Amino acid sequence: MKLFLKVWRQNDRNDEGRFETHTLDEVSEDSSFLEMMDQLNEQLLEEGTEPVVFDHDCREGICGMCSLTINGHPHGTENSTTTCQLHMRKFDDGDTITIEPFRARAFPVVKDLVVDRSAFDSITQAGGFITVRTGSAPDGNALPVPKNDSDRAMDAAACIGCGACVASCKNASAMLFTSAKAGHLNMLPQGQAEKDKRVLAMVSAMDEAGFGNCRNFGECSAACPKDISLDYIAKLNRDHIKAKIKSVFA
Amino acid sequence: MMNLDSKIPEGPIEDKWDNHRFSSKLVNPANKRKYKIIVVGSGLAGGSAAATLGELGYNVDCFCYQDSPRRAHSIAAQGGINAAKNYQNDGDSIHRLFYDTVKGGDFRSREANVYRLAQVSTNIIDQCVAQGVPFAREYGGLLANRSFGGAQVSRTFYARGQTGQQLLLGAYSALSRQISAGQVKMHTREEMLDIVVVDGHAKGIITRNLATGETNAWTADAVLLCTGGYGNVYYLSTNAIGCNVTATFRAYRRGAGFANPCFTQIHPTCIPVAGDHQSKLTLMSESLRNDGRVWVPKKAEDASKHPNDIPETDRDYYLERKYPSFGNLAPRDISSRSAKEACDEGRGVGTGGRGVYLDFSDSISRLGESAIRERYGNLFQMYERITGENAYQRPMRIYPAIHYTMGGLWVDYNLMTTIPGCFALGEANFSDHGANRLGASALMQGLSDGYFVIPYTIGDYLAKSGAGAISPDSAEVKVVMESVRERVDQLTSAKGKRSSRSYHKELGQIMWEYAGMARNEKGLNKAIGQIQDLRDDFNKNLLVPGSGDNLNAELERAGRVRDFLDFGELLCRDALERNESCGGHFREEYQTEDGEALRDDENFAHAAVWEYDNDGKTPCRHQEKLTYDNVKLAVRSYK
Repeated sequence: MKLFLKVWRQNDRNDEGRFETHTLDEVSEDSSFLEMMDQLNEQLLEEGTEPVVFDHDCREGICGMCSLTINGHPHGTENSTTTCQLHMRKFDDGDTITIEPFRARAFPVVKDLVVDRSAFDSITQAGGFITVRTGSAPDGNALPVPKNDSDRAMDAAACIGCGACVASCKNASAMLFTSAKAGHLNMLPQGQAEKDKRVLAMVSAMDEAGFGNCRNFGECSAACPKDISLDYIAKLNRDHIKAKIKSVFA
Repeated sequence: MMNLDSKIPEGPIEDKWDNHRFSSKLVNPANKRKYKIIVVGSGLAGGSAAATLGELGYNVDCFCYQDSPRRAHSIAAQGGINAAKNYQNDGDSIHRLFYDTVKGGDFRSREANVYRLAQVSTNIIDQCVAQGVPFAREYGGLLANRSFGGAQVSRTFYARGQTGQQLLLGAYSALSRQISAGQVKMHTREEMLDIVVVDGHAKGIITRNLATGETNAWTADAVLLCTGGYGNVYYLSTNAIGCNVTATFRAYRRGAGFANPCFTQIHPTCIPVAGDHQSKLTLMSESLRNDGRVWVPKKAEDASKHPNDIPETDRDYYLERKYPSFGNLAPRDISSRSAKEACDEGRGVGTGGRGVYLDFSDSISRLGESAIRERYGNLFQMYERITGENAYQRPMRIYPAIHYTMGGLWVDYNLMTTIPGCFALGEANFSDHGANRLGASALMQGLSDGYFVIPYTIGDYLAKSGAGAISPDSAEVKVVMESVRERVDQLTSAKGKRSSRSYHKELGQIMWEYAGMARNEKGLNKAIGQIQDLRDDFNKNLLVPGSGDNLNAELERAGRVRDFLDFGELLCRDALERNESCGGHFREEYQTEDGEALRDDENFAHAAVWEYDNDGKTPCRHQEKLTYDNVKLAVRSYK
């Protein structure tokens, strides 16, 4: 198939950036979106131009490194799909495809389509863990966890930290990410001891990183390649209020 | 002459690790903060090591090439993690896990290391549960297990089809805790390009910051390489695109022995190659073989038919036929080779006739589609995305692909390489899986090394060598830094005609053809010649656009491919010298009458350890003799 690509180019964080247009012939419909980008880059090399840089690694939808906004949608319009798992058979011959980075104030552009998502790491560092010294754990079966709770924790833990939730949100809020991370631990008995502290610390780290406020539009959940539910945002809000009140009376 | 003292502790195998821990020197808590440790890589081995060492009080610098430590390729492991918990009451024990692993590795691993691995396997599960890893559970709330290839007990713990991600997130959360406590300093998008060795001891590393292009020097009292395997030497593999051999290969060039590079694992259940555009292969977890049956048509002329039109009587369930007691759960090397044989006979299905069916229809009619969806839903979904086919309605097509590399830097019982102070953990070392790794054992080994082995063994080295990191500005560091800069400059000034990707692809084709599932002397010699020619061409005609002072993915790839070109030759040389078949290394000259691998214990019950000599010279092959006092060397039979 033949494609017309409008690709975002930006030298560094301070550059204004611009779109560049390229035509690509003979794209196999069995190739993935990133393999199509590889093909574009090989063509640019032949033309003597610098290839487009984009983040990618595992190419099997789990590392969360790929991060393109395709025709205005983070990871494209397919449901439950990361960019690397999007295949060209979902496009038509002659299509024009617009490719941009994930856009958010808290995710500054490094170059072209690569953004800096270290703000997510800082949220986890604030409290996205259970304090357990290596070697001090009781037997794995010492604490039964109801299957339902465990399954719900797993649903939240499926978040791959790609940032599509932020990129799809008008306010660039990180509530879906933060609520999935906190929710995973808060739903398990192991996570109870630090629950209040965790919630307060993670929410405040999220605010400090420059993410916007959540207005419950739900774009984030629709864009999420792992289908993280909005319920976790509701749960985080509840847990946050409880923790806040407790901290006042403590 | 390389010193290959394995330092296996004295005593009965059950007591070795205990005795060793007692006889190892300790660093007292107040002194730990005087030591600096560099950890390269943030996967299960690196992440768990950095977190644990930080927690103990050491000052740790941890490096990864990705934008976050959470993205290391351990994350992609699907199926599970083994542990000798015997929660199923089905006859498992530490000794059985040990035995299965040694046998699965075709008697080419080091007994004492494997026994220790089996011993600490149970602690790993406890640790991960406490961290909040959401392992699958039964309705009573206790942990669930599944079975895996090469074992007759159910000892694999799992978290849906994403056990790797969940375990890595556990290690990452522990690491994050240490980062916020200031015990670990994390350096992302920072790729190690060389190691600094001073007076024979590892004292630091040189990195390139991938975002800014800066070359940086870091020094410490010890360096841990947790940089994974070298499967990408084949270009197409299940590894992440960025996985590379540079860190371990550069250590090899500075004096670390490289053991058994020819021991590579080909995973039997991957999605077949669809065309020339392909950049990577996707694994379908081996756990699928619990409920899927592998078959090809009996007659070659049926290969192009729709699978549902081929009657039961015309199907050859070849694993069940050849290995009745293990059936579809035969180990990876055996399953892979059987698939190749079937395709070589013209009975392969799909594009290019390189595929076999993995059929769930029996399980679906026995258990119902919803039960299968519950177990493997995400895998079926992934399969459909990539191939456009619905595996609930027609069998999956699978074919073997390079997945894991058992070879790696040679390490002693303490996980130390032949460079004192330089340790190798996880897939980057060689010791535990022999010539073939069993499913669900990679996660176990990575976490065992990081959480429970290195924290003890590194103390002994540090206590004996004393604190004393050199300055990053010292002359010894500057020399290495200069050589790295020269190498980068050389690459950025390559303004020839061919992209590094095209060289990588060609190298991969040579490797897969001659050093893939089946190898022979003639082919390996041919491969070595072709790789040398390709390398010459690379040095003359490579094209790297742009400069080295910012994010330049082409430059990164060119450096990695350059090392793969040297390393590919080493792998072929190792395969050529190992005149036997064992595990993943199948030499066509050495097989039994019915086509099974024929080991030569008399001449090859050893680890082959390669010592670098100067460029252009043939490296020297040393041996560490492997002795088996606790298992009987036997023909590995899964019949």
